[in-house]
Parts: sequence; C-alpha cells; structure tokens
Amino acid sequence: MADLHFSDAEPTASERRAVLAALSVDEESDGAVVVSHPRVVRAGMQRRRQMRHQLLPALHALQREAGWISPGGLNFVGRTLGVPPAEAYGVATFYEMFRTEAPAHELSVRHVCIDPICALAGAAPLAEHLRSQGHAVHEGPCLGQCERAPAVFIQGRREPDRVPADGSGPDSLLVSITAPAPEAPSLLRHMIGREPGQSESMSMEAYRERGGGAALDAALRLGTDEVISQVTAAGLSGRGGAAFPTGIKWRAVADGEGPKHVVANIDESEPGTFKDRLLCELEPLAIIESIAVAGLTVGAEHGWIYIRGEYPLATQRLRHAIAQARSAGWLGDDAAGSGRPFDIELRRGAGAYICGEETALFNSLEGFRGEPRNKPPFPTTHGLFGRPTVVNNPETLLNVNEILRIGPEAYRSVGTEGSPGTKLFCLSGHVGRPGLYEAPFGMTLDELLGLAGGVQGTLAAVLLGGAAGSFVGPDAGGLRLSLEDTRAAGTTLGSGPVMVFNDTADMSAVVERLAKFFCDESCGQCVPCRVGTVRQHELVTQIRRTGRSTEPQRELLGDIADAMGDASICGLGHTAASAVLSAMRLGLLGDTAS
Amino acid sequence: MTRSGESLRPEAETERVTLSIDGREVTVPEGETILAACTAADVETPTICWAPNLTPVNVCRVCVVELEGSRTLVPACSRPAEAGMQISTDSERVRHSRRMVLEFLGSANDLSQASEIADWSRIYGADPARYDGGASDVSADGSGDLPERPGPERVREPVRIQDDLYIRAYDRCVLCYKCVEACGDDAQHTFAIAVAGRGFDARIRTEYDAELPDSACVYCGNCVAVCPTGALQFRTEFDLRAVGEWRPDDQSVTRTVCSYCGVGCNLDLHVQDERIVKVTSPADHSVTSGHLCIKGRFGWQYVHAPAFEPPTTSATEH
Amino acid sequence: MFGLGGGTCSYQEITETDVILLWGSNAREAHPIFFHHLLRGLDNGAAMYAVDPRRTSSAEFADVWLGLDVGTDIALSNTVAREIIAQGMQNRSFIDHATTGFDAYAASVEPFTLDEGERLTGVPAEAIAEMAHRYATADRAQILWTLGITEHHTAVENVLSLCNLALLTGHVGRRGSGLVPLRGQNNVQGGGDMGALPDRLPGFQLLTDPQVRARYESTWGCELNPVPGKHLTAMFEAMEDGELRALYVIGENPADSEANVAHARKLLEGLDLLVVQDISLTRTARMADVVLPAAAGWSSSEGTVTSSERRVQRVRAAVPPQGDARDDVHIISELASHMGAQWTATSAQELWDEMRSLSPLHGGMSWERLEASGGLQWPCPDDDHPGTEFLHGWLWEPDLDGHAPAPFSTVVHRPPAEALSEQFPLRLTTGRVLDSYNTGAQSAGYSSPIRSGDAIEINPADAADLGFVEGDFVRVSSPRGSVDMRVHVTDRLPTGLVFTTFHFPELVDANLLTNDAWDVRSGTAEFKAAAVRIDPLPPVTSVAGGASGTAVADRASGTAAAGGAGG
Repeated sequence: MADLHFSDAEPTASERRAVLAALSVDEESDGAVVVSHPRVVRAGMQRRRQMRHQLLPALHALQREAGWISPGGLNFVGRTLGVPPAEAYGVATFYEMFRTEAPAHELSVRHVCIDPICALAGAAPLAEHLRSQGHAVHEGPCLGQCERAPAVFIQGRREPDRVPADGSGPDSLLVSITAPAPEAPSLLRHMIGREPGQSESMSMEAYRERGGGAALDAALRLGTDEVISQVTAAGLSGRGGAAFPTGIKWRAVADGEGPKHVVANIDESEPGTFKDRLLCELEPLAIIESIAVAGLTVGAEHGWIYIRGEYPLATQRLRHAIAQARSAGWLGDDAAGSGRPFDIELRRGAGAYICGEETALFNSLEGFRGEPRNKPPFPTTHGLFGRPTVVNNPETLLNVNEILRIGPEAYRSVGTEGSPGTKLFCLSGHVGRPGLYEAPFGMTLDELLGLAGGVQGTLAAVLLGGAAGSFVGPDAGGLRLSLEDTRAAGTTLGSGPVMVFNDTADMSAVVERLAKFFCDESCGQCVPCRVGTVRQHELVTQIRRTGRSTEPQRELLGDIADAMGDASICGLGHTAASAVLSAMRLGLLGDTAS
Repeated sequence: MTRSGESLRPEAETERVTLSIDGREVTVPEGETILAACTAADVETPTICWAPNLTPVNVCRVCVVELEGSRTLVPACSRPAEAGMQISTDSERVRHSRRMVLEFLGSANDLSQASEIADWSRIYGADPARYDGGASDVSADGSGDLPERPGPERVREPVRIQDDLYIRAYDRCVLCYKCVEACGDDAQHTFAIAVAGRGFDARIRTEYDAELPDSACVYCGNCVAVCPTGALQFRTEFDLRAVGEWRPDDQSVTRTVCSYCGVGCNLDLHVQDERIVKVTSPADHSVTSGHLCIKGRFGWQYVHAPAFEPPTTSATEH
Repeated sequence: MFGLGGGTCSYQEITETDVILLWGSNAREAHPIFFHHLLRGLDNGAAMYAVDPRRTSSAEFADVWLGLDVGTDIALSNTVAREIIAQGMQNRSFIDHATTGFDAYAASVEPFTLDEGERLTGVPAEAIAEMAHRYATADRAQILWTLGITEHHTAVENVLSLCNLALLTGHVGRRGSGLVPLRGQNNVQGGGDMGALPDRLPGFQLLTDPQVRARYESTWGCELNPVPGKHLTAMFEAMEDGELRALYVIGENPADSEANVAHARKLLEGLDLLVVQDISLTRTARMADVVLPAAAGWSSSEGTVTSSERRVQRVRAAVPPQGDARDDVHIISELASHMGAQWTATSAQELWDEMRSLSPLHGGMSWERLEASGGLQWPCPDDDHPGTEFLHGWLWEPDLDGHAPAPFSTVVHRPPAEALSEQFPLRLTTGRVLDSYNTGAQSAGYSSPIRSGDAIEINPADAADLGFVEGDFVRVSSPRGSVDMRVHVTDRLPTGLVFTTFHFPELVDANLLTNDAWDVRSGTAEFKAAAVRIDPLPPVTSVAGGASGTAVADRASGTAAAGGAGG
C-alpha cells in the first residue's frame, strides 16, 4: 500500500502475457486497481493486501519469460498487484532463481550444485564442461539430488524447468530396511521398486488400489479430537529437524478461531536432504491426502503446498495429484464429503534455504522477503496471513496417514520409547548405494551405513543433519539414531541427511564450503547471523589456508558460535556454527595443537 | 457545551503482570515488552533497531536478555512481558551476545557517527579489531610464512548525494530496518525503499537502486530521522560536518508547531548559531509520533532567506 | 457545526473508525500527518470512500473513488441521504431524540433518486448506493472534508449537506464517529477561536450579544462597536464601492491568492492606503504604502495555535527575526500605542491569560498546562478539565444535556456559478500538492526534489482532442484572464476536467483564471470551479512557463475576490 510510483519502463508484450497467465486476473485492470467506470475506481489497502501473495508466481513468470526480472516487467507486476516497486525488487533480489540484471544470453540456465557431496562427485569439472559446451551455468547450493550427485537443475527460459536426471536415475533409489509387516508403519512400503516416471502408478485408481484414501476416510470417521489424540498417543514428532510434537501443534490450531491454514513445507533445502522430493515424486496423492487429513482435522479451509523451485518433477506430479483429488471430491466445497470446504494451492519457492524455516516460508508465500519472524507468537496462533496454521513436512504428514491406518499402538511398535516410528534417511557421499532409506528410530549408524552398501573406502567422517548438523567421526558407528541418543551425543538427526566422507575427501574444503553456505543463505536480517556467518567463514578460510588454528582463532570461533546460537532470530543462525565446531573438535579443519 | 469529553477518555482496564528483572520484581501493564519492564526496573538496555514510534523488528539483537527456561536469549524490545518471567539482563551470556553484536557491527560498518552504539560498545568491551586478521597471531609461531590477509569483509558503499535534502552513506548502515519501517507501514506508507539482496550483501535500496528523486520518495525525512548511524543524513548536517562545523553541543532545541496546514505537528527546531540546522518531531507526541512531511521537515529555509530586500514597488516610508 | 466552529473528532478516533468518507480533500498531500492517522485506521480495517472530481493520491488509498462532477456535492449528499432513507437505514431513534426538521429534510431530498444522483453528479448509481449503505450501517463513521467542499459558491450549504448525513445516521457525538473539516493553515482554527471572524469574539461568542460584549468592555475598559465587520470578500466589495479606502493586511497575500486575482489587484491598487505586515515581500507587500516586516509566527514568536482537532499548542521563538522584523504582537501593540491606546498585556502569556478569562472554551488552558502538556483540546472550561476529545456528546444524553436539538438543514443543489460554454468548454479546478503551499511565500524557499511547478493537468483523451502532448506550453483562458502553462497529461482526471495548482504565482498566475463568485454566508470564492479553454500559444509568445500577464478583466462582475486561504 503506498503512493505507487513507477519508472517509465514498460513490460514487453510477452512479459505482460506471461504475468497475466500466472495470476488470477485477466487484465492489469482486474488487479489492485479496478477501473470499473470512468468515475468509479476500486483500489485501496485491503485489495492490495489480498493480491500480494501472488507476487512470487508473477516473478517466476517474468523470470522464465525474460530470463530476468526486468524493470518493465517489475513495474507491470507492481501495478497489477499493487506492490510498490522497491518492495517487489527487494523480494526479487532475495531469491537465487531470480536475476535483476539483464542476462547476456537467451539460454536456459543450468544450476550446478557445489555443496559437499556434489563437489566430491565432480561438480566443478561438470560446470566447466557445461560452460565449454556453451551452456549458461550458475553454481549454487544444494539442489536436493544428493543421491545422484553431481546435481544439475535447468531453469527454463521460455521452456519448463527440468532436471536432466529425472526419469533416468540409477536402478534402485529406494531401499527400505525390511519388508515391514502390514501392521508396522512404513512410509515407503508402496514405493519400493517404483521409480520416478511411472505415470500409470500416479492415477487415483492405482493409488486407491494401494490403499490410498484410507487415512482420509479414517480421519473423517474419527473426527478432530480422536485423530489428534491418536497422533498424540503415537508420539509423532515433526520430521523436519525440530522434532516438535505434532499432536500438540494440531491441537492448538484446532482450538483456534476463524480462518486457518495448513501448509505442507516441501522446501527442504538442507544440504544432503532429498527425501521430500522423492516422496512427492513417488506418491503425490498420498501427500495430498495427508494435507486434506490435516486440514479437515484442524478445521482449516486453505491448504498450501510450498515446494522448492528446483523440484520440477515433484511439482508437476503434485499439481496433477491436486487436480485428481479435486475430481475425486477430496478437495472442494464439500471436501471428501465432510460438508466443509478445503482446497490446496501450490506455490513454488525460488531458491532460498531460509524459506524452509516455517515463518520465513509464510513471509515468502505471502509475497514478502523470506525473512523469519520472531517467535513467539508461534504459527499455531499467528501463522500464514497471521492466522492459526499447521505447518508440517511431507514425511510428518505421511506418518499421520500411517498412524490412522494402523493405530497408535502398532505405530509405536517400532522405534524407541522416546522416538516412536521410523525415520527417513538420505544417504549420500561415499556409500555403496546412496538413496533414501527408512529405518526405525534407534538403529545404529553402522547398521544404516550397512544397509546402504557400506562405506566406500576408509571412513573419515559422517555429517549428520546436513549443514545445520554436525560431524561425527569413524568411532561413532555405534551411535543409535534416535532423537534422544543423538541429542545425548551432542549431535542431531536434523531432517535425516547422512553425508558420508572417506579419507580421500578434502575435509577442510568441505567445512569451508559449509561455512560459505551459511554466508550465502543467511537472510541478512539479524546481526549475529548476517555478520557472524561471514566472520566464521573468514576464520575457517584463514585456518584452512594456514593449515593450523591459533588459540585466538579458536576462541573467536567459539565466541561467534555462542552469539549466533544465543542471539540469532531463527534456527539458521542457531545452527550455523554447529558443523564447523564439530569439525574443529574432530580435527577436520586444522591442527588444533598449534 | 458539553463536558462529556471528561469521562470519555478511554481508561481501559489493563491487566498488569509481575515479572522479575535481575531478581527484582517489577509490574507492568499486560502487553508491554520486557524492554519496558527493564526500563520500569531502571535497567538500561542497549537498542539499535528499536524506536518508540516504530513496530519492533528485533533484528539487531543487541537488546537480548536471558529468560529462564528459554533455550536461546530473547529480544527484550519485542517479547511481551509475562507474569512470572525470570529475566537476567547482565548474565555472562547476555553480556557476550551484546558485545558480539556490537563487535560485529564495528567490524563491518563505519560507526564513526553512531555515538550511541559507540557508547554501548565501550560499555560492553566490544573490540572489532579482533577480526582484523590477527597477523601477529600467526607470525608469533615464527614460521615467517605470513599468508595473505585481506582483512574482514566490510560494507563498502559510495555516498549517495542525489538531491539537496538528504545524503545516504550506506557504509554506515547497520540494516536496522528503521528507515524501511518509517517509509513503509509504520508511518509514511510510501515504500520507496526496501531491503534488497540477502545476507551480508543485503542493502537498503530503491528499485534497481534508482536515484532517490526518480523513486517513490516524497522526502518526508522520516527515514533520516530514525537512522541511528548517520547513514541517512540531512544535507544541512552533512554539509556542516564536511566543513567541521557540526557542533551538537552548541545546538539548542526549541519545540514549536509547524506553520504549514492545520494538523498541528510539533517541531523540534535544532538551532546552531541562530540558524535552524535540523528539524525533528517528538516521537511521543500524539499528533506526529515523531513523523513529519516534506514541508514541516524542510520548509523552514525561508526563515533564513533575505526576506526584505529593497522593494521593487511601493514606498515604505512612514 | 451545531454552534461551534471546529471538527468534532480527535485524530486518534480515525484509527478506530469503520467507514471514512473523504470528501473534497486530498489529505495525503495537504494534511500528510493527519493522513498517517487515517492510514492507521485503514490498517485497522476501516473502509474508505473518496469523493473527489480528481483521482487524487488520497483516493489511491480508498476502497472506492467516486469521481463526481465539480460542484455537485449537494446533489451527491442528497442522493446518499435519500437512498439511506429509502432503505430505512437512517438512525430513527437518534433522529427522534436529538434532531429537528427531519420530515422537511426527507421531503427535500426525495427527488434525489439514485438515477437522478447519477445524472447530476456523473457517479454511477450503484457506487452511490454502496457508499450510502456502508456509511449508514457502519458502527462508527466519519466524514472528512477540506477545500473541495468549501471553495464553492455553495460553501456553507455544502458543509450543511454533510452534517445532515451525520444527523441522519447518528454518526456524530460518539467516539470514532464525527464530522471533520481539516484546516488548511496552522492557525485557521485558532483565528476563528480568537474571534478573527466578523461577528465573533474569542471562543465563538457572538459580538451582537450585549452580555458577552459587556464582559469584554469591562475588561478592556472601552466600548465595543456592536456592528459585525466585514469578511474578506465583503471588504473587496466595499473597495469596489469606494466605501473601504484603507486596508491593513496581516499575513495574507491577496494579490496572489484571490480568485479573479487581476480584479483584486486592481482594487488593491486603488486604495488610499495599503499597509502590509508579512514575513516576506509578497506581491501584496510590494503594492503596499507601508510594509511592516514581521517575524515568522512559528519560529520567532511566542504564542499558541489551534489545530484541526481543536488542540491548542504553544509556538516558541527558536531563532531571532530577520533584520528589522518584529513579532506581530509587538508591531500591533506599538501601533496601538501610537494611536493612543494603553495596552497592559503585551506578552504572549499575558494576552493569553486575558483571553482565557473571557472565553469559556479556553478557561482551563493555563499557560502552565499548555507548556506541560502536548496541547489541550477545547472546550476546556476550567483548570481541572482534561480537554475534550470529541464534541457534541450531548446529542446522546437523555435530555440532550439541556441543548436544543440539532436541526437538519434543507439544502438545494446549485451547479457552479460559471457554467461551461462553447467558448469555455472545460471545467478548471485548483488544489495543492505535497511539497508546496499556497502562494509559495514559505514553500518556495526550499529546494524540493519532487517539485514540478504549476502545470495544467488534463485527461489523455482531452489532450488528444486538443492536439496537445505532455510538456507542451499552452494558453489557458477563462472569462477573466489567460495564463500560459505547461501541459501534464494524466488519467487521474476525467474528461472535461482540468486542474492546476497555484503555488508559483510569479511564474504561473493561476488565479487570473479562477472565479470570484462567492458564497454569501462564508465569503469564500469558488476557486474550485471555473470555465476555461485551452489554446496553443500564439506564435509570438515563446517565453516558456511565463504568465502572459494579460489579465482580461473584462467581466463587469461587480463582486470581488474572497478569502481564498481559509481552511
């Protein structure tokens, strides 16, 4: 809301078309300012507020069409949605996938991941090779394809985005620990052996044949209180890293008044993590079903999917699944015969690790910079659009489906007392079979590595929990992978990435890259993280260059870590020193005896 | 005439909450922040991004305090006070984080005109030089093998002088968001500037860094008024500083009412050598909340113009 | 209104209201800091309807802009009223309790059906109905206006027509609801408060009331002339008649600010004596026989001013006056002394104390209280009174607190005095912009980066019809004169309407064009509606932006200009 003031730059006809196609308006005049008559114009703050959340889709449309967010295009978006150009520019410059300077070419852009696993797998030579072939290349952070490193994602210019590896991956991406008994929980039961690209298995009919829809039926039959009490009894906690009890979250939202939202957080961007991508690619209808279960349980009318912009196949399949779910009556004014409305809208992120943080995700979805909000207030009372909101990732949501299928007692039959159920682990790096593994909580690290074909070569370190996690050494094989055991050991499972490095890896380069990752991905909002990540990276670089660390350097790293951990706004800053500190302890970075 | 106004001033009954600040009980109205509770307990709290007339954004984190039961420190400026909270404002953790925030800013920005931050930095013992590379640390081992040391990354920006009213020196900008808030929905609703970019490269920008006169800016000066570091400065101050004539200690401040329009905005006229050098407005006044428009902020200059040059017509004999 | 010349609400209340009718006001630019309060109201969920011939920057913030024809405000308000009554949405119990004259009023608005309203105003019936419904059914609602209502030959009737809407719906006298005229100058309100009205003494007390007069006479020790004086327009009329031969002008620049300014200048030039007391050498001052250089009232004097929310606040001297300039109080006291008077109160505080001893509205506003507080809102009759946030709460008291009920006023729609014609087919209206102020005596003194100068704004279709493009220089002519200006093409104006500001009279003498037809009740001229045509510049004229200076004062109007600066 503002005194809208635009430069003289005009959009091209194609930019104009592309933006309108992406929005829920036919003409610019249907946007924030409606000239319904020469003497009657409708505009104002409410109207603009209601349109703002379409900013990200509009910017995506511009980027795809023009290869950048041009001033004319930005003006057009701003006029149509009533967003001041400085604000829209601030949003555009927040995301990795948007450029605000004119590209020197007309090409689609090949994003090459340079994070540790892909770097080990030859990302740098690959990028060089692609450049030599005349491709436009952008080297950036993890693309969520660590099981098939080095990862490439093609951001389309006037063509759909795509991932070259989709549909042509290795034979077996998925291995479940056992063939679980039907009464044991397993998210992957029906997915084993199926590969991305098997479109016939994506139909509603095929999904129903696999037992799909049972959770939704059960949820409606049991009702809000019983569903939540089962989820609570099952001891389900969030699988995104924070491990917050799902039942408590749902209860709080169910008790809230007025419009409510359910958000599926599919913005997994933690280096080493790719589980949600595969879940969406392999069983998208289950994701939709689980969102509907959540929505109808807590009494929300609006469901949202916020998915990484770098996941074109999962996006396509989810969209297809939403359409099927609408046709089947799961979504709509009388969702699944509940007598209540519920529908789902899908939104793509645009490349920002921080948007996996739930409140940053809300801001991003609402059309603002993806900066985290201070908590409290929590999303359960002040979430998306300031309303009570359930936000969960697909793994958590699918666990609810499992609880409703087999009941809380059977659900608790696997896992540990403190960590019931199973966990999905993303194995990457120097293991025999990188991929997605489902294991009961409590399995040892050695057992898990064994499932994946064991360590290739001599183990140097394992990074648990991704960039936000911590390294464990070769002696940690007996570590039981549960929430309580890892916490006691001073490490974390995070969202489930297990990155394996043998003694051929340049660990100091890995650590330096992790430090750089946080500099690049810090949103810049709070001082401890904005400056602390940079100072940390500078120190890591110094130590790596000299091959040794000094006492003042170690003290400084500790000081930085304490301040980021204590005083940052969000989890990114809180955990930004974790991997570096653990690497120092394990001697992976420099000679601590200097 | 009625006297109904007497009884109609809202004296809504607010609940009050009692909490402990450094072991002392203090009671504040519900909805007040920990910062207000600290103030009520006579505990001074450093702030940078907080202002009494802006919604707290709690980004600078220099006001953090330790709340019993909380894993991390919490920002005093925005966290509502709750009954029974046990707050420590001077624990080792608090002192450490405050010192580090100040040190970080000192290592990244030109704080030469940020006197309050300098004061707090002294109090908390912030030493930004710790990041200068520590060449001595390495040479101490006698290896003589001194690596290249570029020094810590700093915010480097040219001074932007694009009109006669403001300057913008973003190397002094600590990204406190106050200017964005004042330009945006906390007051002016113009949104001429926003934070652009990410991380250490985040900057306050107009769209595509357009020159300010080409942007939506309406020159209310409310951004300048809230800037804590001199990154935004009125030209009058900038020009006086340039010739070494900016002397805050020699300035008087007189409160009056703006001569333009009938809203009744209170102005604080900052006067040096019998000339107005800056105009601000009290943040706690009900009319302005500290915010002004271009006329109130800058329309005073005629006061010092030669108003009565010899008339070109008519006699003045009398 | 209802006897007191002040807005009924405090600024704070606009943040708590539900529906705002912003009527003939571009507060975003003319009252920017009040607009901050209004924005807070919008942030809090209020709906806003902007009624203005132009789609102003204020209208941008409105949910709906209703672009009525210039000078059809009464037609629109009567249509709104009729629709409210037709839908049974009026506040019957309030009307019965607190008002008189409803039946006559209802009968008077009966002809203003929605269709008739649309025909008269140009605003589609649905939009009028929507605004009527939202206003009538709101829990709390305010009507705000400025010069778009008052700079018409129907000024007072325009105001009364809006008061009628508040009485009809009960949107007055309650917190959050009310009628708010935004004052255009920092002490227009205070001037009225202090009796700078022809028939009033301080505190809006009637000069013609012998009891009131007696109090003043006893304090001042002299006899007061019981005959009300003349308002500004009447003064010009008296100049025209030769009755008024000497004029003492304080802080006004009528030689630039009057409508049909060429005529006003001629009358000023014909005076036997013109004395001008001002802070700068304005055009009027340059015409004067005697110029009394005055100190700026807000930065070099002590005293008080009163704002649009009736808040009396202190102004203080921060810098010494320039050269020989003196405080107004000093100059007037000296003059009085030369004339043989022996005034005892000569400091601002002494004058204030004397005034509040005589004006019950201000009785409780001691200098000390004014110093200590952020200002006090009248009425504030005694030292313990906190001041009054909103007026007319008595309307809701069981016995009206002893007041007579508030009367509805029957108001008749009369179109602008100057009809469009074949010769002058375009409607010219005037107004202010954000960074400038009136005739520029103050605001021309600083370098504004957003200043664009006075231009003639015109709808793209009209510009195309006339063959002009952005930046062309053209000659704008009304029956009274011609001015050369730059063209600014904008879709913020409907076809048939052109607009200009009047901030740079030395460059663009816009008031050569405006109409000095005036409202007999307030003396305000119809700055907002003149008939003009736009022609290409004659080939010989090549001085860009200059006023033609060829005032065509050929209209034997017999009337003179009115107080244009009033807020």
